[in-house]
Amino acid sequence: MKKKIKIKLNGKLKTINNKSTLFNIVQKNKIPLAKVAIELNQEIVDKKKIKNINLKNNDKIEIVHFIGGG
Amino acid sequence: MKKDKLIISKKNFSSRLIVGTGKYKSMHECAKAIKLSGAEIVTVAVRRVNITDKKKPLLMDYIDPKKITYLPNTAGCFNSKEALRTLRLAREIGGWKLVKLEVLGDKKNLFPEMIETLKSTEILTKEGFKVMVYCNDDPLMAKRLENSGACAIMPLAAPIGSGLGIINEINIKIIRKQTKLPLIIDAGLGQASDAAIAMELGCDGVLVNTAIAKAKKPFQMALAFKNAVIAGRQSYLSGRIKKTLYGNPSSPKSGII
Repeated sequence: MKKKIKIKLNGKLKTINNKSTLFNIVQKNKIPLAKVAIELNQEIVDKKKIKNINLKNNDKIEIVHFIGGG
Repeated sequence: MKKDKLIISKKNFSSRLIVGTGKYKSMHECAKAIKLSGAEIVTVAVRRVNITDKKKPLLMDYIDPKKITYLPNTAGCFNSKEALRTLRLAREIGGWKLVKLEVLGDKKNLFPEMIETLKSTEILTKEGFKVMVYCNDDPLMAKRLENSGACAIMPLAAPIGSGLGIINEINIKIIRKQTKLPLIIDAGLGQASDAAIAMELGCDGVLVNTAIAKAKKPFQMALAFKNAVIAGRQSYLSGRIKKTLYGNPSSPKSGII
């Protein structure tokens, strides 16, 4: 059985496969990459490099976009 | 009037009305109101993507950022750290450098926390952002913001969403006289005439959200604000008459039968 790790995605706890990349998460959640920004443990991530970013246990990911505001 | 453009950070805009995209009933309503308002700049907020409901409509699908300038804001930030984090993320979404800085100090009155605002303006400017700054209507603070590198001064008319209109016209006039930076009234307007007054005071533009979004007829109000901003600007440029205490007849005094 594959080893699992726990991460937080936009504040929600998720259990994912060990060795998942940030790209896997983006794909799985159908995130429109061109319209978002991504933070990993409070550091902004270069969207072009997410295929090379392996996630670790307790990683905190924030994916944000623009919504209505004044 | 054709050449009378609003220039922010070397970019020209024909409309002097900036519209917020919050508080509308739907994205569709928001997009239509913006179209009717003629606004070329809209403010937007940076928030988490909804992971659980992937079908939720996206703002960018309704308002094309290639046609309308998005002005990311820091609404909901109460210190410099949060504001910087938000705007760095906004820039990352797609290269947005023109931003609206808004650091709040109190959850009830929503007044700006000026010490944190000043600090953030300085840092963001050094990082290459063009910072339009929401601030109080204090000429001294407005001056300090200007010295910190702000690209536009955006004093409140009254508390955000209050609809009270311009509370301190004198201060706005003083800020107008002291700065060559774009001066934009941000927050607190309630009806179209408030926008006309702001423009007649010499402001370069107004930023409106709640007054349009929460009007009983948002589309009609969007049009009203558009017209009021144009009328107010024309009135300001026309040079008003002096106020006098006594009457001065409009018809000739001679030749009366």
